[in-house]
Amino acid sequence: MTPEELDDIANTENEAQESIAQTVRVCLAAGCVSCQSQSVKDALDQEVARHNWGGRCKVKGVGCMGLCAEGPLVSTNSGTLYKGVTAGDAPALLDGLEQGPVERLVCPTDVPFFQRQKKIVLENSGVIDPERIEEYIAASGYRALIQALTEMTPAEVIEQVAKSGLRGRGGAGYPTGLKWSTVAKAVGARKFVICNADEGDPGAFMDRSVLESDPHRVIEGMLVAAYAVGATEGYIYVRAEYPLAIKRLKTAIRQAEKLELLGHNICGTHFSFRIELRLGAGAFVCGEETALIASIEGKRGMPRPRPPYPAIDGLLGQPTLINNVETFANIPPIIRNGGGWYAGIGTEKSKGTKVFALAGRVQNTGLVEVPMGITLREMVFEIGGGVPEGRKFKAVQTGGPSGGCLPAECLDMPVDYESLARAGSIMGSGGMIVMDESSCMVDVAKYFMDFCMTESCGKCIPCRVGTYQMHRLLDTITKLQATQQDISMLEELCDLVKHTSLCGLGQSAPNPVLSTLRYFSEEYKSHIEHNQCVAGVCGKGDPA
Amino acid sequence: MSPAATVKTLKIDGRDFSAREHETILEVARENGIFIPRLCELEGLSTVGACRLCLVEVTGSNRLLASCVTQVQEGMEVTTNSERLQRYRKGIVELLFTERNHICAVCVSNGHCELQTMAQKLDITHIHYPYRYPQAAVDASHDRFVIDHNRCILCTRCVRVCGEIEGAHTWDLMGRGIECQVITDLHQPWGSSDTCTSCGKCVHVCPTGALFEKGRSVAEMEKRRDFLPYLQLMRKEDE
Repeated sequence: MTPEELDDIANTENEAQESIAQTVRVCLAAGCVSCQSQSVKDALDQEVARHNWGGRCKVKGVGCMGLCAEGPLVSTNSGTLYKGVTAGDAPALLDGLEQGPVERLVCPTDVPFFQRQKKIVLENSGVIDPERIEEYIAASGYRALIQALTEMTPAEVIEQVAKSGLRGRGGAGYPTGLKWSTVAKAVGARKFVICNADEGDPGAFMDRSVLESDPHRVIEGMLVAAYAVGATEGYIYVRAEYPLAIKRLKTAIRQAEKLELLGHNICGTHFSFRIELRLGAGAFVCGEETALIASIEGKRGMPRPRPPYPAIDGLLGQPTLINNVETFANIPPIIRNGGGWYAGIGTEKSKGTKVFALAGRVQNTGLVEVPMGITLREMVFEIGGGVPEGRKFKAVQTGGPSGGCLPAECLDMPVDYESLARAGSIMGSGGMIVMDESSCMVDVAKYFMDFCMTESCGKCIPCRVGTYQMHRLLDTITKLQATQQDISMLEELCDLVKHTSLCGLGQSAPNPVLSTLRYFSEEYKSHIEHNQCVAGVCGKGDPA
Repeated sequence: MSPAATVKTLKIDGRDFSAREHETILEVARENGIFIPRLCELEGLSTVGACRLCLVEVTGSNRLLASCVTQVQEGMEVTTNSERLQRYRKGIVELLFTERNHICAVCVSNGHCELQTMAQKLDITHIHYPYRYPQAAVDASHDRFVIDHNRCILCTRCVRVCGEIEGAHTWDLMGRGIECQVITDLHQPWGSSDTCTSCGKCVHVCPTGALFEKGRSVAEMEKRRDFLPYLQLMRKEDE
């Protein structure tokens, strides 16, 4: 594959697309598929065939359009977005292409949910067909790879990534450029690049959407990374609960291999790289990098102490680069537009954009990509459209079981790595769950502790037994049978588990408790002193 | 020691020590008679850093580090016994006592138990977390040995000695979190194990009375752990 050949594919594809006057895009990502978008697409296809409109109208399955709450979503190339479409609406929709939009199904797009977003990672989501490599190439796909291979040295690639200020999107926010240069400098007979797609936080679906909507982007990011660090083998560790993402990844890998964008001597250079999929068997802890590596090696998915870090001693003892799906998805545009361009977006220490999965008690649930530094208030009330049914906002939970619950006082805080950490939460992978007054914060803390207790691998004592004891205490509180002493014991255990656990799971497991104790201590107090749950969630019962 | 080995100097609890390059903090401390508590580590087996009792403070690091897996560095300043570390260690051992059913008075290892000794060393006089009292199994299907899961602390020494030294890999783990337990083969009765060589190494490395020889009564199960360094030395000489 030469740059010219890539241009040829892009031109052919663009001409083919331009020759068709109307394109109707139907979301075929998991959210919309679960509300029957496939039957909508089939009905549209049938309708087009029946009228013999094949030459001027094309129905295309695309990835996530973001507003998952209103699915199935359909869009036209005149910019109209339809929501809640059913198969029966197909004839009306196609008539609407010429007679004007079908008003009853139109979803307004001039609202903050769409206007306030800035799409880099999701630029192709909902636009291109994720199962066709030609469409990705026509949307400047694999341009960054060719550019890196033909015009840049590995060191120059790393320099651009470092300059972009990109930080790991898996949660911890480690500078990506620094990680790449560490792996590049590490010595090993083989080197590996691993894409961590073991997304497991409750309520988070960013990585799933990216993989379902634009899988080639992740593959291209991995290719560029492999070239930069000198790796020849790659793995995508994706959870088995994402069958559609797995299917599209497999298709994408096969297509890339066919065009010789993956394999031996890519683009006629000496660079070779292959990618294999590994499916996670449902253990949350396998998202932790050392556990993930153990799992790929065929061992029980348990973390080991670091250092040595995987960058030096990773898969099969070799230097290994592990990045999250979203991190890799940011790479192609950074190479195409330069690190400086990316560094111009976001805040001083948190650059670029971040994809969030908005969920819970918020009007517009779905997937959004916003510049770093936007405030939580903008996220929840403008983009999210606020809390439905006139209820009162209570808290927003970021970072999943490792994160914290932030109250209304924190709403004007910018969303960046440092601010969230200072407030007692974390950026995490991008889950954002909004809660209103009907949620009891003790019950929420108990929910997350239950998650951590169940997902603890059992290797280290503080996490294995500590999370059990904390869960038991929270359970006693929600059964309205706790005393002040239980709170002190809970605080003591938070301190112990946070500082002595082996891996990130245990170290961050107390965060939901600590943040609710910090911001919602009144609720704990009313459970204990007045035997009362303000939200009306908890009631008397036998503690487990 | 190869002539090219680099020697490092470090401070442990304010005293200066020298160490070989790849030595861990725990090894250096042990050589010099400094006691750092640990339950999962055992000389002669690989280290896993799982019990978290050997955590130490290292100046300049905001995290506590497991001394059994942390290699020494030039100029390192290590604190092994601060008030905070003692508090955490007590907490961890207390958690262990609540996890399963540790009744010393009826245990074959009473008086020779590492968990019991550890509790005494750390001045644990009572457990202030509530006990779980789980239902745990006892497998006495093996001709010579018994596993009593009530007394297991999941240090995984048996798993490691069986895999690394005996090469049988009869023992492994199953289950997550609090449900985690050691198993023989694919969770079959120990007596029906095809891989077990009945060597008894697992019994002798076990820190508690979880693994013991049949026919031993209360307090009679004394374990011989010194065979491991000896065995390793012999094997090295053979190479």
